[in-house]
Order: sequence, then structure tokens, then C-alpha cells
Amino acid sequence: MKVLVAVKRVVDYNVKVRVKADGSDVDVANVKMSMNPFDEIAVEEAVRLKEAGKATEIVVVSMGVKQCEETLRTALAMGADRAILVETDTELQPLAVAKLLKAVADKEQPQLLIVGKQAIDDDANQTGQMAAALLGWAQGTFASKVDVAAETVDVTREIDGGLETVKLRLPAVVTADLRLNEPRFIKLPNIMAAKKKPLEKTSPADLGVDVTPRLKTLKVAEPAKRSAGIKVANAAELVAKLKNDAKVL
Amino acid sequence: MPAYKAPLRDFDFVLNELIKVQDIIPALPGYEEATQDIFTSYLEAAAQFCESELAPLNRQADEEGCQFDPSTKAVTTPPGFKEAYKQYCELGFPALDCDPTYGGQGMPKSLAFPVMEMQCSSNVAWSMYPGLSHGAYAAIHAHGTPEQKATYLPRLVDGSWTGTMCLTEPHCGTDLGLLKTRAEPNGDGSYSITGTKIFISAGEHDMSDNIIHLVLARLPDAPKDVKGISLFIVPKYHADGSRNPVACGSLEHKMGIKANATAVINLDGAKGYLIGEANKGLSCMFTMMNAARLGCGMQGLGIGEASFQGALAYARERLQMRALTGAKCPDKAADPIIVHPDVRRMLLTQKAYTEAGRALTALLALQLDIEDKHPDAAARQDAADLVALLTPVAKAFMTDNGYEAANMGMQVFGGHGFIREWGMEQLVRDCRISQIYEGTNGIQAIDLLGRKVLLDQGQKLRKFTKQIHQFCQANEGNDKLAEYIAPLARLMKDVGEVTMGIGMASLQNKDEAGAAATDYLRLIGHLSYAWLWARMAEVAHASLGQGDDAFYQAKIATGRFYMAKLFPEVHTLLARIKGGAAPLMALDEEHFAF
Repeated sequence: MKVLVAVKRVVDYNVKVRVKADGSDVDVANVKMSMNPFDEIAVEEAVRLKEAGKATEIVVVSMGVKQCEETLRTALAMGADRAILVETDTELQPLAVAKLLKAVADKEQPQLLIVGKQAIDDDANQTGQMAAALLGWAQGTFASKVDVAAETVDVTREIDGGLETVKLRLPAVVTADLRLNEPRFIKLPNIMAAKKKPLEKTSPADLGVDVTPRLKTLKVAEPAKRSAGIKVANAAELVAKLKNDAKVL
Repeated sequence: MPAYKAPLRDFDFVLNELIKVQDIIPALPGYEEATQDIFTSYLEAAAQFCESELAPLNRQADEEGCQFDPSTKAVTTPPGFKEAYKQYCELGFPALDCDPTYGGQGMPKSLAFPVMEMQCSSNVAWSMYPGLSHGAYAAIHAHGTPEQKATYLPRLVDGSWTGTMCLTEPHCGTDLGLLKTRAEPNGDGSYSITGTKIFISAGEHDMSDNIIHLVLARLPDAPKDVKGISLFIVPKYHADGSRNPVACGSLEHKMGIKANATAVINLDGAKGYLIGEANKGLSCMFTMMNAARLGCGMQGLGIGEASFQGALAYARERLQMRALTGAKCPDKAADPIIVHPDVRRMLLTQKAYTEAGRALTALLALQLDIEDKHPDAAARQDAADLVALLTPVAKAFMTDNGYEAANMGMQVFGGHGFIREWGMEQLVRDCRISQIYEGTNGIQAIDLLGRKVLLDQGQKLRKFTKQIHQFCQANEGNDKLAEYIAPLARLMKDVGEVTMGIGMASLQNKDEAGAAATDYLRLIGHLSYAWLWARMAEVAHASLGQGDDAFYQAKIATGRFYMAKLFPEVHTLLARIKGGAAPLMALDEEHFAF
């Protein structure tokens, strides 16, 4: 079984992001970038499937600027077999990524597409679902457990009320949640080995996908600073303030 | 315990912008694959391991220490140590800069040293277990027979076996000429070794399948003094799995690095194998001494960094008093203590020493790589000379400054710094030994002044100062570096004069060199740091306006602080050196007690 995993290059989770002075976007110049943590979980799950003898090949794909190659190398060092970079400088929105994923999946014919449930930069949480719809595949989102059988996969999903297990017919799309696994540390010799694994470059045009953004960012601003609270003398005063000042009651 | 974050941005600055290792390393035969992307990935992998696996073990391990069971002679390391070591081996860290012939990854010291710094910052006591193994690896690699290499190196490289260095005995530390441990030939090529070794770091533990002791001992017919010492490989377990009578007698109770097993090792006719030539054991040990001493210097560096990170976080959070110039955070009960000049003095001292130490380490690591791999003999010699000259400086200056930095970090915490659970006093205790072992800092000073400077009539020193001269000349009239160039040029002149002065005076009286040595070492330390800060400022000025101004402005400001507040120590040092030996030697030994 072939597994396709999509990874996104995002601002590292340790970085405190700043808004550009003109309010057009978040400033990513000279900021440490790394693999979206949910995608790391997706790669780890694929590697575990391979180690368990259930997957035979792991193809990892990323879309975006040239530097996404570094992110792909990280996935290769974790254990993916080969990589595909869909290179473009255009801002990619979830629908465009989903279309690109469909194009890559059409070519690669994987049985399973695993992606992170969302990326920590825009928190969109849309790509996996859109890709499943475009491919016409079943989807198991927010996965905390993935159990692959011959023609089906059982996905335990994290839902508001607790857990829910769905049985999907393969091929299917799975989006990884935080508790699915804990990604491994990279073994040092694998860093060098990853450099020698195949990395194929292609472009949206090659794949015949129009990635022109459909949404326009109007303004990016930092959340308003929280002002200091006040102390109330008793419950009656609190209720009065909630009614009259905050107008929430 | 202060949370540790590896200074990856500063490693990038030092390696790629200041020392520019990529101009040299991949061109050295054998290091073709050590490109910048590989450096980056390795450092990130090491940072992740140190931050999330080693650092969290540090505080508790200090409380629990190592446990010795006298009935079995076994030592148990603190919780988590064994597991972290197993993971360290699985991830391939022991093999990082080892020979690919024996399973190593063949990476340069330029990459291994920052990894070592991170280990020292996050858990120095733990870092010594693999650190000592690496020393044993280096000794066997340099002097072992092909059979010895084939037997021991692959296991030391994959980490399943660890190593130690057994030099010290109860009556001899610095003066190994007094060594008594005996080695009697068994007639089959092996030796029977008997004696007691003390202060053996990582001497006994539960982290590896076997422990390979490298033991200095005397053959029956050996000449007296250091000329009669030989080096032996003494494994804890023989090839057939039987126990060799080399065992832990007890563990020392120490001020710091409590989680490292500092063992008394008793050899009762233990079977050993000669490594290198008979009676040449000390020089075998000394081939790896430069790297070991630099490693020790890095403990000062790493602990200084850890203490700085803790102190900085605290100084930004702790609200006490108002800024002298008026409230800076009027909406809060008080201002964070980082507003106060004295707190800033301590933080900046930590920062300035740490960043310069990191630069010096990178410079010397690169010289070690050049010394090891450069095809041109002259280039190798130049590198070797610089390493020889600056190794005692790096060891002593970096550990003295590291201790000062750790002490200041504790001071920033006020009373909480004195409380164990904050982890700041542990850093002070853990750092303290680095000034003592691997040759006390007093010995380093004598090594520098006596052996490295005076013995060759200042040749190595001139090779070094020539580089600084060239830098000063190239930057004459550069307004941005004016605050560095004039003091550097002045100090170069002063160093030349005092070196000459000490040399002349010591011809008459050898105590003159001994009296000057410690101050002289700090003087050369400041010469090195001022030069490195000038170069860092040069890079920082040139990099302004390229999107990372805050980082470069911080470099410029820290360099300025160094020159204004730390560098002036040179005036005191010069005055002290000129004070000569007489004030030290005048007091009659009998009168000291009055």
C-alpha cells in the first residue's frame, strides 16, 4: 500500500509572530520555519504503518516556495521514501492545495492520504476535507487512532462528545490530530540519507491546477491587549456590572 | 529549573557569518558532505534532544545523585539517565564525529562542539558519560593496534560500551610522575594491573554493556618520573563475558556534578593490554588533551549560557522596586528588575562572556579540523599552533568566566537563587569543577606562559597576534570599529612588552613566570575576546538592514558593553603582572599563619 503524506512549511511553533508594519500580513522574514506539527504527526503515522508492514511506500509532498525542500528533507529523514515539491511563490489557500493534492494523488494512486488536521499558521482546517471531496474518497478527520486493514481503515476521531470510530473504504483521506502519535526524533545518519533520497520538483502549471487565490486578506492585526481587571466588593456589584457595563446578562 | 532553549540563531551567526566554516570545512578531504544544510539539521536534532530529554533530568538528578552498592560494587545512575543514554545512542550521537571505518558519521569538530555545548547547558553531569567515552575512543583510535581498534572502536562508536580515563591516584593529581599503579607482564602479551585510581569520572555506572578503562601504569623496569608511564586498556568485562577485577571502591561525595559517578577504581591484578609504546603512555594521553581541555572549557560556556537564560527570564518577570529614572511599568505593582543597571550589568556580563566564548570555541574547533584534515602541511601546522596556544586560554578563561556567569545568574535571582528548586545554585556548583579538573586553571596558566609562549620565544603568540594586527590594519579608520581598534592595538603593544618583560625576568628567577601566569592568561583571554567582539561587531554592522536588525543591534550593544565594562580588566592585570614575584615570595612560609 502506498501512502501519500502532505506537509506544510510554517513559522516554527516557538516563534512569537509579529504583524508587518503595513498590516498586510504576518512578518516571516528571518523567522525560523519548520514542519507544521500536525503534519509531523501525519508523517510519523505513515512511517509507523510502514514499520508495521502495512505500507510499502511513503511519498511526501509539499507545496510552496523553494525552501519547502528543507521541510521535505525532514520528512525523508523521519522515514518517507521519496518527495515531491510543487514549487510556487503564489500564496496557496486550502482549496488550491486540495486541488494540487488531487492532481498528485491522481498521478501517484495512493491508498491513503494523510495530512495534518490543520496548519498552525492559518488554522484553516479545510485542506483534508476539500481534498477528500475532490477525490471522491472517504474521510476520517481528527484521527487519534488509525487501524488499516486490507480494504478498509478504522479511524478513531476526536469529536466534541469524546471519540467516534468510523470505518472507511480505501482509498481514503485521514487528517491527524495531536494524540495520534508522538513524532520520533530524527536519527543523525538519516539526515545524510535523506539528502540522497529522490525529490521530484513540479509546479501547479505542470499539474494543470490554477492556484490563484480566491480569498483576499483585508487586514492583519494583533489581538487587542487585555486591559487590567477590576475588583468588585460583592456578588451583587458583580451582577450589576455584568448587566449594565458588560451587558452580558 | 530554568527551561533551556538551544541558542541556534547564535550558532548560525558564529558558524556561518563569523567563522564561516562553510568556506573551509566542505573543502577538507573527508568533510565533503558536511555542508550547511547538514549542520543546520544536525544542530536542530541535537537541540531537540537536549531541550526535551536531557534538560528535564538535570534538577532531579542533582538531588538523587548516583547510588553505590558496596556488596555488588554496582553504581546506579539517577532516574532517566540510562534511558536518555539509550536514546542518545539510537539517534546516533556517539558516532557523530567518529571515523566512518568504525561506524562513525565522520562529521567535523566544528559541528560536534556546538552539540557538546548544548549538552553541557542542559545536563553537564550526564554529558560526561559520553564525553569520557569519546576521549577513550580518541586515544584508541590514535594509538591502538588494528586488532584493538577492531575490538573496541565499533562498540565505543555505537555507544554500547563506554570509556574512562584513569590517571589520578590518591597521592598524584597534577604530578603524574608520582604514579604508582603497576603493570606486570603475564607472558601472553597481556598485563596484570594493580593499583588504585581516584576521581574517575563515569568510572562505574549502569548505562552501558561494558566499560573500557584507559589506565596509566608503570611497567616493572620503567624509568622513574613521567618517562616511565604506559597506557593500558582495561575492560570491565572480558571478551568471554567474565568479570575483570577492576571495580568501583566507592563514589565521591561532591559539591556538584553529583549525577556523574566519580569513582574510586581498584585494580586487583586486572588484565590489561598495552596501547601505544611502552613508557610513552603520557604522550598518548596528551594527544587528545587539547580536545578534552576545550571540552572542559565548553562546560563553562554551556553552564554560563544556561544560567544566562534562567536569569534573563527571571529578570523580565520579577517585579521589585521602580526604575531609578521613574516607573517603567506603572500599571504593575513594581518594575521588572531588568530595568536596574546593576541587574543589567550581571546579565550583560553573562551574555558578553558566553557569546565570545562560543566564538572562540568555533574558531578553535575549525583549527582542530584543519589540523586533522588539511592537505597542506603548513596550514596544518598553523592550525596546530593556534590550538596549542589558545587551548589553555579557552579552558581556563571560559571556565572562570562561566563560573562568574553562573554566580551572577544566581545573584539575579536574589534569595531564590540560593534555593535549590530554582536550579540556579546547581549551575554554580556544577560549574565549579571545570576550573579544577583537566589541569587546574593555574596549571593552564603555566602551560600557556611557560610551554606555549616562552618556550618557543613567542613564535606561536606572534602567529596569533599577526592575525589581530592584520585585522586592526584593515579596519584602521573604520569609524564603526573605532571603539575596538584603538584598545586592541594598545593591548597588543602591552602584551608584547609584558611577555618580553616576564621572559627576561624569569631568566633570573623562574618564579617570575609562575607569579605572572594566571594574570597573563586572563590578559590573552581578553585579547582574544576583544578581537572576536570586534569581528562580531564588524559582521553585525555589515548585516544591518537585511531584516534581522534586532539580532545584530544586540550584538553591537553587547560588544560595546564588553569593551566598556569587561575589557578594562586588562589594566588591572597589567599592573598585577608588573607587580612581579617578590610580593608573593616575600612572606616566610612560617609566617603565613600569623
